[in-house]
Amino acid sequence: MTIQAQLLLAVLAPLVGAIIAGLLGKKLGKVTTHRVTILGVLVSFVIAVKWFFVFLWGDATAVDLTVYEWASFGDVTIQIGFMLDSLTAIMMLVVTFVSLMVHIYSIGYMHDDLGYQRFFSYISLFTFSMLMLVMSNNFLQLFFGWEAVGVVSYLLIGFWYQKDSAIFANMKAFLVNRVGDFGFILGIGGIFLLFGTFDYAPIFTTMGVAQELVSLGGQPQENALALMDLNKTFAVWGDIEWAAMSFICICLFIGAMGKSAQVPLHIWLPDSMEGPTPISALIHAATMVTAGVFMVARMSPLFEFSETALAMITVIGAITALFMGLVAIVQNDIKRIIAYSTLSQLGYMVVALGVSAYSAAIFHLFTHAFFKALLFLGAGSVIIALHHEQDIRKMGGLYKKLPITYWCTLIGTLALIGTPFFSGFYSKDTIISASAEASGGFSGFAYFAVLTGVVVTAIYSVRLLLIVFHGKTRTEEKQFQQIQESPRVITWPLIALAIPSLFAGFVFGKPLLFGSFFRDSISVLEEHNVLQAVEAHYTSAIDFALHGFTSPVFLMLILGIVIAVIVYGWAPRFITMWAIFLKPVKKLLEKKYFFDDLNEKVVARSGRWLGQVFWRYGDKAIIDEGIIDGGTNTVKSIASKIRKIQTGYLYHYALMMVIGLVALLMWLLFKG
Amino acid sequence: MSLTHYLVVSALLFTISVVGIIINRKNVITLLMCIELMLLAVNTNFIAFSRYLNDEVGQVFVFFILTVAAAEAAIGLAILVVLFRTNKKIDVAELKELKG
Amino acid sequence: MTVESIVFYVFATLTVVGALGVISMKNAVQAVLCLVLTFFSAAALWMLLEAEFLAVTLVLVYVGAVMVLFLFVVMMLDVDYASLRAGFSKYLPLGVITALALFGAIYWVIRSQVLGEIPEPAKNSADYSNVTVLGRLLYTDYFYAFEIAGVILLVAIIAAISLTFRGRRERRGQSVPLQHQTMREERLKIVSMESGRRQDAHLKPKKTSSKKEAPKDGVAKKSSSKKEPSKNKQDEAEKSEGKGS
Repeated sequence: MTIQAQLLLAVLAPLVGAIIAGLLGKKLGKVTTHRVTILGVLVSFVIAVKWFFVFLWGDATAVDLTVYEWASFGDVTIQIGFMLDSLTAIMMLVVTFVSLMVHIYSIGYMHDDLGYQRFFSYISLFTFSMLMLVMSNNFLQLFFGWEAVGVVSYLLIGFWYQKDSAIFANMKAFLVNRVGDFGFILGIGGIFLLFGTFDYAPIFTTMGVAQELVSLGGQPQENALALMDLNKTFAVWGDIEWAAMSFICICLFIGAMGKSAQVPLHIWLPDSMEGPTPISALIHAATMVTAGVFMVARMSPLFEFSETALAMITVIGAITALFMGLVAIVQNDIKRIIAYSTLSQLGYMVVALGVSAYSAAIFHLFTHAFFKALLFLGAGSVIIALHHEQDIRKMGGLYKKLPITYWCTLIGTLALIGTPFFSGFYSKDTIISASAEASGGFSGFAYFAVLTGVVVTAIYSVRLLLIVFHGKTRTEEKQFQQIQESPRVITWPLIALAIPSLFAGFVFGKPLLFGSFFRDSISVLEEHNVLQAVEAHYTSAIDFALHGFTSPVFLMLILGIVIAVIVYGWAPRFITMWAIFLKPVKKLLEKKYFFDDLNEKVVARSGRWLGQVFWRYGDKAIIDEGIIDGGTNTVKSIASKIRKIQTGYLYHYALMMVIGLVALLMWLLFKG
Repeated sequence: MSLTHYLVVSALLFTISVVGIIINRKNVITLLMCIELMLLAVNTNFIAFSRYLNDEVGQVFVFFILTVAAAEAAIGLAILVVLFRTNKKIDVAELKELKG
Repeated sequence: MTVESIVFYVFATLTVVGALGVISMKNAVQAVLCLVLTFFSAAALWMLLEAEFLAVTLVLVYVGAVMVLFLFVVMMLDVDYASLRAGFSKYLPLGVITALALFGAIYWVIRSQVLGEIPEPAKNSADYSNVTVLGRLLYTDYFYAFEIAGVILLVAIIAAISLTFRGRRERRGQSVPLQHQTMREERLKIVSMESGRRQDAHLKPKKTSSKKEAPKDGVAKKSSSKKEPSKNKQDEAEKSEGKGS
């Protein structure tokens, strides 16, 4: 098969599955439906695995394919095409693998749901959309995928559409994402204005030349941009001029903030937990929310030339990483804890982007997808074992009842908090080291945030583990006796995800982080290359892990674990003590820094107020009553007066004619 | 014979027809005939000018006016017949449904 | 006085007199005949103006066709023309004033040299053909207008016919489909009657009489309720027959 055929197959197989499941699902029945969709995703997965290893061990080069020319006007061609390089390959692998696991897991999780076929149709459609997003070779197709995953996310958050809270949550997700998309589409517009094309390839070529001017020619960045005729400015507001490159990068990053749930556009992600748990694992932890990170990494040639945008990315990521982690400590809903943890980890990725450690960000995305999906699916396993109970205060002591779930969740937790040798350690530690080495704007703050974040991560993760699986049970005795380990369709995906959570960092760490894997898809300026400095410590995976035991990060980790174990494990009385002592802080965290209140009471209310004003005075008073009704009323009143002229008597008209004729003749006489 | 002679004749015709419309307030047939007279006056004007300005286009116009007038007469009479059938009379003074 | 001016004055006078006759005749037929006179003398004037083709056309089309149409309509409609002339003398002063004003204004314009001095052109030569000249213009420069004139005439034909066409008169005929559709209930009515009513019927106990009457009522009701729709149906059928024919 040609490359094009393979890529098309990879993209279209899930789409076909989605269409069959969506349109014929009721006729085919449950078993056929999930078989068809799983087959579709499996095909994609096989192709993704093949290309991942081709890029990892082989010497494949990037491929840029045009499948179909959609429209063409002037010099601009809008096409549908695929760019296959290492970045695409790793994203395809993550998407299809997690999607496949979630498909299998859903057989068990959604077993009794009425919308079984609908669910499978949606997640297959999501896989298609996400693949379109990561494989696109131009901005419009990227935007298509971007919006398509948004739509599927909307559909899936509101999957249980009889629940008011679910409808509220999906509307919220959709609206908040619109804010981000607003920036994103402005960024795409800026790109088109500056480069005159929507395709990646010519843009990257141009930026590649600029980069060589910097690295080989020793030019400062500004001169390089000037030489490439890219140092234009946009009049953003009135006469205020912004450097085009910074404007574009910031706008694109605003799009990424919406999708990847960065402060202050993060508010939709915790609420999205209203959707079924497999969805939280697939869309709201492993894949869709990382689309923003992927996009920034993909656009690294652009972002490298905007110190402003990088500084903004750093500070936003740092804030998200630290403060969202803190919120997780006070949450009681098992899924929300993991959701806030996801926010925090996304913050880590964004910090890595901000300090130009793009491959570290992608690597963390890669490992995070595994262990976070694992944690979500584990949580889902607990939830169904307890018959849809999500409150951790009603759990406890479950490790005996749910051994497989417990061990898998333990592995996921250890990976999440960054225990050496686990996958999370390699990615997270690299990010922390990179931010320590970085010299860009806010990198000091970012280092502090990610380092403190380790403590926070450890606290909430260990708290979750202790409260849910250890201690005395808080469920009713009779119900507790009945708790059973989940069926194999649920536990096997857990095990399958636990394996990469354990080994992914160990095996793939070096080639992905420091090797030449990303050489043709991510470009970093020499002066930003922090990973080179980190590489000095990284002789081998084992050495790196052993070195990890002596680093401050490990101390932080131990500190976090100790605090959590003391507070939540050995001495539950501490909780009440803490509650008194830290009441205002706790309140602040429980209210999630009042972001929701701010949005509901200020943003939404002023928006509604503005809308009311426009409606009442603009639409109703001016347009409706002024122009439309006013127009008809004026015509009506004039008409009611002049219609008296129409008497209906023919001789009146004849007389009028005579008068007019005489007047005309007089005019002819006296005109000059 | 100067142009003025012909113009005066057609002016007289036109005036008579207007007067006919004004004094015959009831009879639709007379009204139709007055309109025919009016058109005749106009046509005479056209032909006179055509002759004295030496331009045959004026006659072409008369040709078209004759065509339209014939059509108008036919339709007018048809309407008259329908009117008589429905109202049993042709009194224009009572036809004022279009009064504003 | 040349012959030409004599001809002119004669026919101009006839034209004006004819026009006055049109608006003042008591009898509608006479009015139409006056109109014929007017058209005829106007045609003579047109002849003087060397518009031979149009003069002939005027006589043929107007005097020959349109005026006959007028006459036909006037004679066909049974209208009391005398009553239509009511108020004639009442509005005469207004008419005269209007006439004076209008004619005065037009005459003023004609005499005031607004139009400029136009000399009398030379007479056309003997081999001049008015028809040729008109035909050349009509079939070249004014060809589209000519075709549209044809369409207008066609429209006039269709309009006149569709306005006055009343369809065939209603007639009594038989509708075979309706005859086939008929049901027994529409034609046959079963009435149960007591045969040979006894003189002393009122002496009989009530019980039996009420018993006997009840079914009778029921039958009557039944037959009447069944009959009604069928009657409607027939009415409708008749109506639609009238429309369609």
